[in-house]
Amino acid sequence: MSTPVKTAVPIGGAAGSGSYHVSEKGYYGEFGGAFIPEMLYPNVEQLRQKYLEVMSDPSFKEEFNQLLKDYVGRPSPLYFAKRMSEKYGTRIYLKREDLNHTGAHKINNTIGQILMARRLGKNRIIAETGAGQHGVATATVCALMGMECVVYMGEIDIARQAPNVARMKMLGAEVRPALSGSRTLKDATNEAIRDWINNPVDTHYIIGSAIGPHPYPDMVTRFQSVISEEIRIQLKEKEGRENPDYVVACIGGGSNAAGTFYHFLDKEEVGIIAVEAAGKGIDSGESAATSVLGHKGIIHGCKTLLMQTDDGQITEPYSISAGLDYPGVGPMHSHLYTSGRATFKSITDDEAMKAGLELCKLEGIIPAIESSHALAIFENTRFEKDNIVVVALSGRGDKDLNTYIDHFGL
Amino acid sequence: MTTNRIHQKLREDKKILSIYFTAGYPDLEDTVPIIENLQESGVDMIEIGLPFSDPLADGPTIQESSTRALKNGMTTTRLFKQLENIRETVHIPLIIMGYFNPIMQYGVENFCSRCAETGIDGLIIPDLPVDVYEEEYKSLFEKYGLANIFLITPQTPNERVRFIDSVSDGFIYMVSSASVTGAKNTFGAIQKQYFERIHNLRLKNPQIVGFGISNEDTFLAATELAKGAIIGSAFIKFLNEKGKERIPEFVNSIR
Repeated sequence: MSTPVKTAVPIGGAAGSGSYHVSEKGYYGEFGGAFIPEMLYPNVEQLRQKYLEVMSDPSFKEEFNQLLKDYVGRPSPLYFAKRMSEKYGTRIYLKREDLNHTGAHKINNTIGQILMARRLGKNRIIAETGAGQHGVATATVCALMGMECVVYMGEIDIARQAPNVARMKMLGAEVRPALSGSRTLKDATNEAIRDWINNPVDTHYIIGSAIGPHPYPDMVTRFQSVISEEIRIQLKEKEGRENPDYVVACIGGGSNAAGTFYHFLDKEEVGIIAVEAAGKGIDSGESAATSVLGHKGIIHGCKTLLMQTDDGQITEPYSISAGLDYPGVGPMHSHLYTSGRATFKSITDDEAMKAGLELCKLEGIIPAIESSHALAIFENTRFEKDNIVVVALSGRGDKDLNTYIDHFGL
Repeated sequence: MTTNRIHQKLREDKKILSIYFTAGYPDLEDTVPIIENLQESGVDMIEIGLPFSDPLADGPTIQESSTRALKNGMTTTRLFKQLENIRETVHIPLIIMGYFNPIMQYGVENFCSRCAETGIDGLIIPDLPVDVYEEEYKSLFEKYGLANIFLITPQTPNERVRFIDSVSDGFIYMVSSASVTGAKNTFGAIQKQYFERIHNLRLKNPQIVGFGISNEDTFLAATELAKGAIIGSAFIKFLNEKGKERIPEFVNSIR
């Protein structure tokens, strides 16, 4: 006896729908692809063949959603920031990813990927981390699942992010310093990729942002798409409409931005604003504003916009926020930028710090400095009085206390 | 199918010793003297590494040499300038090994055309996947008579090895084990099985083994079934410790 089976849809929705989504070959417009050495091919190919199938499996979705609810604490609130709205003369909502377990949006992706790793039969996890947020989120889910965890972190970042290094160790992860190159996030990513080359059979690499070879950008985006899925439901309840006028998110590699934008990509009436770190200023030589300073190239396995010399050497970005100083952006974002679908803005260190402190005083929320970049746009961007603007508050500021203390002489 | 120095060399009845070094290392202007010295010492083929800031498939030795070469001021333009008259003195096959981003920024066609003018015979671009090559760049490489060399690993299934063989022209670069460059000292049972598996496929392109070859023993083990072997990290270490004047000593220690 056969019963008609409803076509299973993967987390985040059906594949290949909409012009801003990934193509079957792994491209967003001209960006994306999988530019990887042959040594990585079997692992990446296995993932490419399986990820949508796994993400469509009802038992996988159920497990993912259950953990997001009971362990992460989702749905995260959509909070109407009343005093901030009054100050800027528009209607500002904050999507409170800072209230997630481990303090940022990163955990949405690591929960998804650890379940994926288990389905693929892997028992060892590696990850890269810059500020340590993704490292902590990875170490957390590895503890949860009882899996071995190695986190690569630039030697310089290890020195300046000591509390997160301690957290990872407490959670049972091994933190390995990346000693090569500039000894920051990009080098930690190189080291993680090398580890994967050396351990091709038992290891899954949990990439923390919407970057890397296809299918990583799409897989990470789908796991993070719970953010925009919830915004639509919550806004309907509060405002009687699913679509805001604008969604705003900060962008380094771009995972919180990808999740915040995802369900609005094809809703042309929703304005999309991505906020990059200008560092000490776009022309200062110390910046991470990839859309302005970058050119098309290949970084960590994908074709995207990245900061590089004329000779094609990848340059070192700078931002006061360790989560935004990546020399590239995810390929989906490069496409959103060049196609004009998204507006890119850049915010300096000083502007971001000021906006972060302002949120503390106006709303009683200490934001991560990454998220403060998104909050800072209101100073120079005018919105209509009745506009609904949803800002992703991607993480909380506990990890940044020392930076706030130093900056403001607190 | 191109006919260049690589094909001629591979037709010779001998095991091929190929040496990799990073252009512009240890000193910026060492590129040409090292090539000449290697030829003089009896090396069959040379891979010239175009340094890159983020060499994913390489271990620490080659990464450090790249970082140093870049600090010395090495660029793609500079390399072609250094190699301008190389064919007046050097007749063995020369291959450039580099990551795709610097080549893309130089312009792929521009790069291929400069290679042809200079007398470069082939390219190894580890992060240019075979399917992208076939779709977008194969005709360009053929136009300029460049052999493109692809990698296979112990994890590459037979079907894909055959596909890579069908797209390759020159030789197949057999990565000896699941590792980045410079990682191993000896070959175990798994490597031997892998060497046999590939040998038994009777591919149209000869195979040259790379990664983990550091001395006479590993060279002999690697070339038992394969046509030749490539030494990289061990040579760079030697250069760093002993200097380019003593290159013949290194080559003589291998065979």
